[in-house]
Amino acid sequence: MSYPAPGAGGGANLADILERVLDRGVVIVGDVRINLLDIELLTIKLRLIVASVERAEEMGIDWWRDDPSLSSGARRKELSQERRDRNREQRELARENAELKERLAALESREEAAREERALEERKEESP
Amino acid sequence: MTTRQDGRLTYAYAVLHRGARPPAGLLGIGDAPVRTVAEGSLAALVSDVPAAEFDQPGVHDRLEDLTWLEATARAHRGVVDETAAAVGVLPLRLVTVYRDEDAVRAALAAHTQRFERLLSRLEGRLEWGVKAYAQQLPDDRKPGDPKPNGRKPPEAESGREFLRRRLRDRKAGDAALHEADGMARAVHDALARTAEHSRLHRPQDGRLAEAVAASGAPDAAGRAPAGARPAVSRGPNLLNGAYLVRREEAGTFAERVGELAARSPALRIELTGPWAPYSFTDLADADDEAGRSTS
Repeated sequence: MSYPAPGAGGGANLADILERVLDRGVVIVGDVRINLLDIELLTIKLRLIVASVERAEEMGIDWWRDDPSLSSGARRKELSQERRDRNREQRELARENAELKERLAALESREEAAREERALEERKEESP
Repeated sequence: MTTRQDGRLTYAYAVLHRGARPPAGLLGIGDAPVRTVAEGSLAALVSDVPAAEFDQPGVHDRLEDLTWLEATARAHRGVVDETAAAVGVLPLRLVTVYRDEDAVRAALAAHTQRFERLLSRLEGRLEWGVKAYAQQLPDDRKPGDPKPNGRKPPEAESGREFLRRRLRDRKAGDAALHEADGMARAVHDALARTAEHSRLHRPQDGRLAEAVAASGAPDAAGRAPAGARPAVSRGPNLLNGAYLVRREEAGTFAERVGELAARSPALRIELTGPWAPYSFTDLADADDEAGRSTS
């Protein structure tokens, strides 16, 4: 095993430190309102390591997610999950919409062609 | 918030008993000298920070800037843990910022009971962190590596033999991970019995640790970033525990960790600390809960 180096807290990595200074410790309200239990914290943590939220989630960086001290965060997680679901639904709807439009256009052009064909035939029939 | 004329705010790191003597010459964020602000029986460790960085709304953006966050977190932690090594402290959460010293005194006055209760509850105790990782599993050998037991080299295998071997290796890997997980639980149980209290943190994601290591700043000891050091290959983090231990029992606790590590060959165990009791600042509330539910 590895023992800590002499001096305070050797061997700790940045994740160890952030776990404690951001997630733990006494919370009192300061004059600068950092409501760490609010959405900020989730955002900070999500963005801690990588630039975008999606990237963090893709990478499975989620150690803060189920933190019992973050019950409001857990609620927000549900909300953001709902939002993600909604976004996904919207994307799917958009895709479906585009497909329908394509099919409609195809049908319309086929119908157009059929109409022209019929018109041609009618003209043929009319002419002796 | 209206900013002081000098463009500075007062950053509070920790709360301690008024009579407690923090180490001399402490430097905080931006290498500003740390001083104490006393109120009643309590005192806070504070230093001045530039309002340009710590006032709203800019501070919200700064918190998302990893370089700034890392420097601030390390400075905060340095003040808290160096003090905790000497006297009992209550660590405050990162970026607890006041307009001036009067506002800090008002906050101490408003929370005197809670702080007193917590300080006496945590007096003489420190937090130790123990993380256990699965050792790299045998099926992590690169394809084509010679087998140590002198089996046929892969190119001489039939497809069916190859698939059988893969299945066998995977089963062995699953079994090894399962065994390591069991050992990690046993380590936690043993340490929880040795310590006064314990808390489990979320296991660290290996990719998170790598991303942090790659972020570049030197660590507290001024060493090169971990990313620049040869990478240690290790398996998933199975245990990330925090243990509250009396100062005089720190040696016993570390020995216990050493024994458990020697007894758990499937694990790589890391000990961090001593930390201020960050993970146990909810203890007094928990005690109250317990008191209420039993009465």
